[in-house]
Amino acid sequence: MNETVTRTLRTLARYTALSVLLAFFSLPLLWLAFAPFDRTPTIAASLPSFTLDNFRHLLGNPGALRSLRNSALLAAGTGTLVVVTAALAAYALSRVRLPGRDALLYVLLLLSSIVTGTAAMVPLFNLAHELRLIDAQLGVILVLGGGLLPSAIFILKDFMDGTPRSYEESARVFGASPLQIVRHVVVPLVRPGLATIGVWSVAQVWGNFLIPFLLLRSPEKSPAAVVMYTFYTEGGQPDLGLIATFSLLYSLPVVLMFLFVSSRYGFRFHGGIKS
Amino acid sequence: MPSTSPGGDAAGLGRGRAGAFAAPALLLITAFLLFPALWTLYLGVTDYRLTGLSAADPQNVGLDNFERALNEDRFTDSLWLTLQFVVGSAVLGQALLGFGIAWLLRNRTGLLRRLVEALVLLAWILPSSVVAFLWIALLDRDDGTLNALLGTPGTAWLLEHPMASIIVFNIWRGTAFSMMLYAAALGNVPPSQLETARLAGASTWQQLRDVVLPRIKGHVLTNLLLISLWTFNDFTPFLLTGGGPDNRTEIMPVLLYRTALQGGELGYGAALSVLMLLANLAIALVYVRLLRSRSKEPAA
Repeated sequence: MNETVTRTLRTLARYTALSVLLAFFSLPLLWLAFAPFDRTPTIAASLPSFTLDNFRHLLGNPGALRSLRNSALLAAGTGTLVVVTAALAAYALSRVRLPGRDALLYVLLLLSSIVTGTAAMVPLFNLAHELRLIDAQLGVILVLGGGLLPSAIFILKDFMDGTPRSYEESARVFGASPLQIVRHVVVPLVRPGLATIGVWSVAQVWGNFLIPFLLLRSPEKSPAAVVMYTFYTEGGQPDLGLIATFSLLYSLPVVLMFLFVSSRYGFRFHGGIKS
Repeated sequence: MPSTSPGGDAAGLGRGRAGAFAAPALLLITAFLLFPALWTLYLGVTDYRLTGLSAADPQNVGLDNFERALNEDRFTDSLWLTLQFVVGSAVLGQALLGFGIAWLLRNRTGLLRRLVEALVLLAWILPSSVVAFLWIALLDRDDGTLNALLGTPGTAWLLEHPMASIIVFNIWRGTAFSMMLYAAALGNVPPSQLETARLAGASTWQQLRDVVLPRIKGHVLTNLLLISLWTFNDFTPFLLTGGGPDNRTEIMPVLLYRTALQGGELGYGAALSVLMLLANLAIALVYVRLLRSRSKEPAA
């Protein structure tokens, strides 16, 4: 008898805990789910009187759409830079024995977790200033790329180490140059690794606020992360319909990417870890 | 460690070309990680400013900036706030909640587990500007959802309890990592051992303490160090409170931004940067030592 009571209480406690958890984690998200479709969105989350007007309204806002394009540009630029340079470096480091190679990789990885954009904002700002890269999207791409590269090389080298060397040998017998071997033999073999690194870099850049906030001046070049912040800190009544729809459109790509990765490769520790 | 035999260089790359392949990446890392770290050491001992006389010709002021930091209430206050933020939201909040969720869900499959995990992960992957606004809306004084639910209209959470607000916010935002890490760690605890303990009459607490904790000790330490490092470097609270009201949420990253970029005191800001880099270095070194000692353990 006593045991049944304890067990019932325990089950009850477990379900209470789970309900509290669900409430805690879903509460802030309710607004994002409902407000974009609400004819008269308020600050409080509420069931909407359904409309798609907010989306039409957003399409008429060139600044908002431009900032999403800027985000895409920064993410694509950084992603490409990181994947290409990290793949070449990881391949070279995987195939050629250099003295102190593994120590070098560890030091780089350590360095990237110490010199974060936050801790190094003063020198990064100065560097961009000296290189005349203030208010240039290239500056943001280079700074973000430099920060992501050590982890990218580290992960990719693992993939490279795991590929068989016999394909490369036979390609070489047929007279392929090292660059051709990389393009036609190695890249197809490590495609999952490249995809992981690409998705991971894009996700990092897509959500990054600090670096573009530091380095970009003009609103025309700012990505969604920064423009979104100016939406709700501007004086006066914030346009809630616009903020809601914009938040949703801006969030969608990372959510879709995440779903893609998790369905394809089984999401574990990829993506967004180091933000 | 995979031994790189002479046959490892199957593509006939050779050292020269290998160097050329690695050069672009290493150059970028040198320019945008290594060089800034060294440069901030130099800037930290100057009176460099964004504008004015010291902008054109910065003077070496020795360790004045560091002395000033230690003597300034604003800096020591910020250090104390940062400690509260890191301990409250990462060490206590994310780690305990993440473990709690992993423990609650450990034997579950199906809809409930997927739902909880999806929501926790969503909080993690959404862009920081978006989640910051979601929380501003949730905590709003006049129309916030929280006040409506609690029946506390007119409570301005971000003004009345600013530090607590950003701590709860960061727990919400970052618990996913701990949850996933502990879920993986709990998967390594042999169910038979838990079963034995239960049959021997051990309470849940005793099971956790005597069976689970010794098994996942390495994971716990790794988790604590990583989330501490990330939280210490997190700029997102700035999006919620901007460091206010009255500097009551001015954690180190925010103090750094306000001093150097808003206030234009780049030299003093660089000195603060150096202090942050040193703190990061300390945390990272503890982490490395830990990884070393763990890899020496026989098949843990």
